[in-house]
Amino acid sequence: MKRFLPLAILILGALYLASPLFRKPKSDFNLDGFGRIPVVANGRTKPLDSVARNTLLLLQGRQRIVTPENVSLTPTQWLLDVFFRPELADTYQHFEIVHPGVLDVFGLGIEDGAGKKRFSYRQLIAKLEELDRQASLAESVESPARTSYQRAVVNLRNHVILYQQLKHSLVMPDGSDFLNDLLRLQDNLAAGVEAVRNKESGKDANAELAGFTMNMGSKFLRMEQIGILLAIPPAAGATDATWQKAGQSLLATFQNGSVNVNALTFAGLQHTWKNQQPEQFNTLLAKQRTESERALTAVLKKTDAETLFNKAEPFYTSMSLYVLAFLLAVFSWLKWPAPLQRAAYYLVLLAWVATTVGILMRMWLEGRPPVTNLYSSALFVGWGSVGLCLTLEKIFKNGIGSVAAGLTGFCTLLIAHHLSLSGDTLEMMRAVLDSNFWLATHVVVITIGYSATFLAGFLAIIYVFRGVFTRSLDKATADSLSRMVYGIICFATLFSLIGTILGGIWADQSWGRFWGWDPKENGALIIVIWNAIILHARWGGLARTRGIMALAIFGNIVTSWSWFGTNMLGVGLHSYGFMDQAFVALVIFVATQLILIGLAYLPPEKWRSAPTLK
Amino acid sequence: MRDTWNSFVKFFISLRVTVVLLALSIILIFAATLDQVNLGIWAVQEKYFRTFFVLWDVKGFPLPVFPGGYFIGGLLLINLVASHVYRFKLTWKKSGILLTHAGLIILLVGELLTGLWQEEFQLRLDQGQTRNYSESYRFNELAVVDATDPNWDQVVAIPEERLQQRDEIQHERLPFRIVTRAYYPNAAVQMREELGNASAPPPATRDIGARLAIIPIPLTYKQNERNLPAAVIELLGPSNVSLGTWVVSTMLVQPQTFDYAGRTWRLAMRFERAYKPYSLTLLKFSHDRYVGTEIPKNFASKVRLHSQDGSTDREVLIYMNNPLRFDGLTFYQAGFDNNDTTTVLQVVRNPSWILPYIACAMMGIGLLIQFGIHLFAFINKRRA
Repeated sequence: MKRFLPLAILILGALYLASPLFRKPKSDFNLDGFGRIPVVANGRTKPLDSVARNTLLLLQGRQRIVTPENVSLTPTQWLLDVFFRPELADTYQHFEIVHPGVLDVFGLGIEDGAGKKRFSYRQLIAKLEELDRQASLAESVESPARTSYQRAVVNLRNHVILYQQLKHSLVMPDGSDFLNDLLRLQDNLAAGVEAVRNKESGKDANAELAGFTMNMGSKFLRMEQIGILLAIPPAAGATDATWQKAGQSLLATFQNGSVNVNALTFAGLQHTWKNQQPEQFNTLLAKQRTESERALTAVLKKTDAETLFNKAEPFYTSMSLYVLAFLLAVFSWLKWPAPLQRAAYYLVLLAWVATTVGILMRMWLEGRPPVTNLYSSALFVGWGSVGLCLTLEKIFKNGIGSVAAGLTGFCTLLIAHHLSLSGDTLEMMRAVLDSNFWLATHVVVITIGYSATFLAGFLAIIYVFRGVFTRSLDKATADSLSRMVYGIICFATLFSLIGTILGGIWADQSWGRFWGWDPKENGALIIVIWNAIILHARWGGLARTRGIMALAIFGNIVTSWSWFGTNMLGVGLHSYGFMDQAFVALVIFVATQLILIGLAYLPPEKWRSAPTLK
Repeated sequence: MRDTWNSFVKFFISLRVTVVLLALSIILIFAATLDQVNLGIWAVQEKYFRTFFVLWDVKGFPLPVFPGGYFIGGLLLINLVASHVYRFKLTWKKSGILLTHAGLIILLVGELLTGLWQEEFQLRLDQGQTRNYSESYRFNELAVVDATDPNWDQVVAIPEERLQQRDEIQHERLPFRIVTRAYYPNAAVQMREELGNASAPPPATRDIGARLAIIPIPLTYKQNERNLPAAVIELLGPSNVSLGTWVVSTMLVQPQTFDYAGRTWRLAMRFERAYKPYSLTLLKFSHDRYVGTEIPKNFASKVRLHSQDGSTDREVLIYMNNPLRFDGLTFYQAGFDNNDTTTVLQVVRNPSWILPYIACAMMGIGLLIQFGIHLFAFINKRRA
């Protein structure tokens, strides 16, 4: 049994990783097909599936959505309702409001919300004007100086706007039969335009037709002004044409003499979704797909892959694997060391491979090196440190590598998840950062430096924990941990130093100056110096094992400052990831590290491992 | 005596001193980073790094509270050099450490030289405009121009600092002396009639100064704002005959003109200028955004570079991560203004730019050798 345990766990883990790909929502509608439709949002071509998921994360911090009738919707189903049945979507509780002051604006209490914090558009509608006024007041304050209430109202106002923009993206969300209207317009276009002209010049006119045509025009205009998605692809063969909003291309109807076929398809999809006619819906979708396959082959390759990637959720599933690996490896120190350590190692390897594939996928989708924003830096820090852990575990075979891997892998993915709540993580690169060469060298190297410094700190935490709270830290384990920390710090010094200097060279190449004392530059420099301190303290005999461990734990504080703290200052060239909520998390993290350092300095006889360490 | 010397040397080459200095440098850098929120990047560099002591103003007295960048960096340099001189042994095992530290010495020296030599200027160009000078975005000057010859200006530029110190300025090309009567490091100027308190005496007697009021405002340290100084100056002819007083301010765009000693003079307080033997013309500024968004994709300035001696005349495209290097200067795309019709180029001179490259190579290779040796020793030990 024990011999087969690792293999069994490996197979179960692999099945778990693959399982999301085989999940299929119970629906007669071709939901996957709809989710795969490409649109341009925030400058990037992406499938509607991504739009749905990112928007839900942004609005309510999770992708799960349940209707008031307690029906669970997939993100795509939710988006379909937002587009085509807004009267239903308005009742879905997908606006997260946690600030009591904001709830007061609407006269709502927490018990009015789903999960005590999620509210529907219907619940907000009466006080939207007041929300807008409050947000405008808040916006007169510079963004770093805003209070939590001010940030919350601005956020909510932006979320409501986004929701409205989505509603106006494909069809006019006023409950009318848009398909019939468009067809009628198509059939009577010439007569309609004529009638409007005549009416305006005071001649005899078909007043009803003129009114209808003008009404359609103003609907198109509204869609053009409010809608946000560029959902109409350029016509096949048109080289310099760009993607357009549905409203934009509908307005062009009056010049072209015909309604854009894609816009018409969306109206058709609305009609069939509204009347719940899956067969017609699927037929329309299939036709639309064949059309776009002719014109958008390259685009579809990426958006289809992205849909699959969304579905596979490799980072989410890896998170659970890391937790399991951590538990198995910790347990191995109490019982069955060999098989459990092997099983943990396999799980770490599996999760690491999954995250590797995920990161490669993101790189391909974006056409960029792995680290382009804070979110991807979190993924990459985790990837780097788990990679190092795998090497350690391969060499030392004592479970420590797997425990550290489980811990760092899980933590970094958790951080990444929280960072993903602020919108699309595959955002376009701002002009300053638009250099694949330097992103691939400076940013990657320095991020590996971060991951190594963190890893040294986490290994030191394992040392302190096992020493203080358990009897499992014997001389041999202590020695190998000490060696691991030393080796990793050497590695961290090398990478953070080279990464920092490469950053300087980028600055010199682009701006003509090597060093500008910018907060992020200073943060990186502090990491280098801190690692140098640890090395010199060890070489000079100024710190022994315990001291080195305490210094390494403090390295966590230094690195987290450089990684996140500097961004919170809101100044400098690198402040691309300003965020406020993370400040509290950072303070708590620093406090825990300080406590751990305090634990490390408990008198040796207070350590539970004291007898075994001698 | 010898003992004292020995213990002195021992102190300076000890690793303990190294660690303490490194720790102090971390504190210094951390404090400087935090203070950037208040002081902005320039003031921070002066206050923390390009100084021997960080001074703290206690009731008007500057007290040294912490060693500054020059102090810590200098001691580190001594510590490094001294340790190598006294413990120097050329062995393969030590080669990595030696190389790394030699690289570090070059890096520290390079940063010192950069601090001393680097100059940063700004060049603002409107569409179609030609300029043969760049402007400092921190320093200002009082330009006194002899404009008698319509083809040729004779300029005497007086640094703002001299006005601030209220030096009496006498220059061989000027038939008068300049005395500062009032100086404001940052001030707005406004027409007196707009203010409504015309009863207060005007700050100056001549030209627009007689109709202006000077309103001092607090110094700004924000990175996107600059201080606009103003001053009241008096010109004194031979035997102390006053020619009157003038208000000069960087807010006054038009120079003030007057005639004296048979010549025409112009007075202007302006951003300090660095003239060049060549000129740049902005042909076109473009600001690309990602489709359907306001996210900037690229900024680019198409300029014509034309040298006075005629040896250079070409079009250059300056864009993000692709600056123009010419005449020892780097021109890079720093910003834009006026609805994308004005480009702002940063102009940097850094003669010691090569040192970090050398240092980087040495330190990288040094660390690789050093840790490589450790790694191989470790692997061999495990194999055995």
